[in-house]
Amino acid sequence: MAANEYIVRTKGLVKEYTMGDQVLKALNGVDLDIYRGEYISIMGPSGSGKSTLFNAIGGLDKPTAGSVFINDVDMAQLDAKELAYLRCHTIGYIFQTFNLIPVMTALENVTLPTVFAGMSTDDGIERGIELLELVGLGERLHHKPSELSGGQQQRVAIARSLANNPSIILADEPTGNLDLRTGTEIIELLRKLNKEQGVTIISATHDLKMLDVSDRIVWIRDGRIAKIEERKDIEIKVGEMEREGENETAH
Amino acid sequence: MSVASANSSPAGGDKRRQMQLPFSKAVEISLKSVRIRFARSLITAAGIFLGIAFYSSVQTSAVFSDIQADIIRVKREQLAAGAKLTPDEIRMISAADANKAEENNAKTRLQWLSIMGLIVCTVGITNAMLMSVTERYKEIGTMKCLGALDSFVVKLFFIESCLLGFIASVAGCVLGWLLISLVNLISLGPAAFGVMFWQRSLLLIATSAALGTFLTFIATIAPAVRAAKMPPAAALRVEI
Repeated sequence: MAANEYIVRTKGLVKEYTMGDQVLKALNGVDLDIYRGEYISIMGPSGSGKSTLFNAIGGLDKPTAGSVFINDVDMAQLDAKELAYLRCHTIGYIFQTFNLIPVMTALENVTLPTVFAGMSTDDGIERGIELLELVGLGERLHHKPSELSGGQQQRVAIARSLANNPSIILADEPTGNLDLRTGTEIIELLRKLNKEQGVTIISATHDLKMLDVSDRIVWIRDGRIAKIEERKDIEIKVGEMEREGENETAH
Repeated sequence: MSVASANSSPAGGDKRRQMQLPFSKAVEISLKSVRIRFARSLITAAGIFLGIAFYSSVQTSAVFSDIQADIIRVKREQLAAGAKLTPDEIRMISAADANKAEENNAKTRLQWLSIMGLIVCTVGITNAMLMSVTERYKEIGTMKCLGALDSFVVKLFFIESCLLGFIASVAGCVLGWLLISLVNLISLGPAAFGVMFWQRSLLLIATSAALGTFLTFIATIAPAVRAAKMPPAAALRVEI
């Protein structure tokens, strides 16, 4: 069981961006272990490096130094094809801006990852319908993203991220573009998936509503992990956290 | 298509399937993409269309100038053989003799124009394809997040560009040819539309269409490959 305990591990993760002659360290040595089946929130003000961490964990960007292990496999060792395979089967992505393909219907969007996985069209469609029903959009299969509300679009995105039964869902500010109530619904949906299907959820966010459902909260500041807290320790300090967050946002 | 290279990983079988399956799917997505982005596709196509129309019109002009030269040559041979020509025809020959220098000049000019036409056409097509790829960076990034291989993304754009390129080129070269032919029908009369005209016209339309499709394909390679090779995070970050 020990080998299976961690689903994601990062070691000494560094990411530098060069802007002109200035080198910006978005990540500056991040060591993070994430347990299988965990709901983890990466919190931090904008510019703290949480999206960069998200991209590194998801294999969407190459870190400057350090390594990311998914299921004990070093991601830096994977070639383009294996990386695509990993993105297709192991990780599901959810974005702040939904990133649905605008020219496709909800069902086609959800079916797309199954195409990349080599699933037959019929199986893919069946899977797509099943997932859209799961997220409560069984009635809107053939709507285009432009005909759906923000919350509905994010539901489609969640259904899409589940298409190939990933063991990890990476969510980058999933509630960032949604109003309070819709955001809460999305968070509840994620929590439900986490509980019922055992999907590990890693969410970069600065939405404090996320604190309630997370098993652990990782605080990022200036590209480093400031602190990692269990949910039971944090509940009482939400107000304080909010003030800290506000002070940091002017970056 | 070559089979995916043998893979040491246990998932090799799945990956091969992933490599081969989506061709029909790629065609389907490309077609859908053209249909739904119809207005945008139309503008892209217009760039190709106009470029090829210009090229084809210049080439058609060249055909007519050759035909005219040929008519005069035949008349002159008839005259030398002692045939009786109408005064009109004799006037035509002497006018051609007087304008010989200018005629040669015009021929050179036409050749230059034809090269210019090709350049304009290439620039138009490259610009159109560059825009059509660039505005879809985000979509490409998303597809890669969902597990699309680079080759699938490239395939998507190649199918789309070949399709657009072919349709726009055929339409463009027919238009260019038709316009110049009509103008010459008025100035030269039906006499110019002999076997030579139709032969050269067919050749011209075929080469223009092939050229347009080929140039579109070439113009797509660089932006499509660049977009497909981008790390998904970078592609998603692009704002247009």
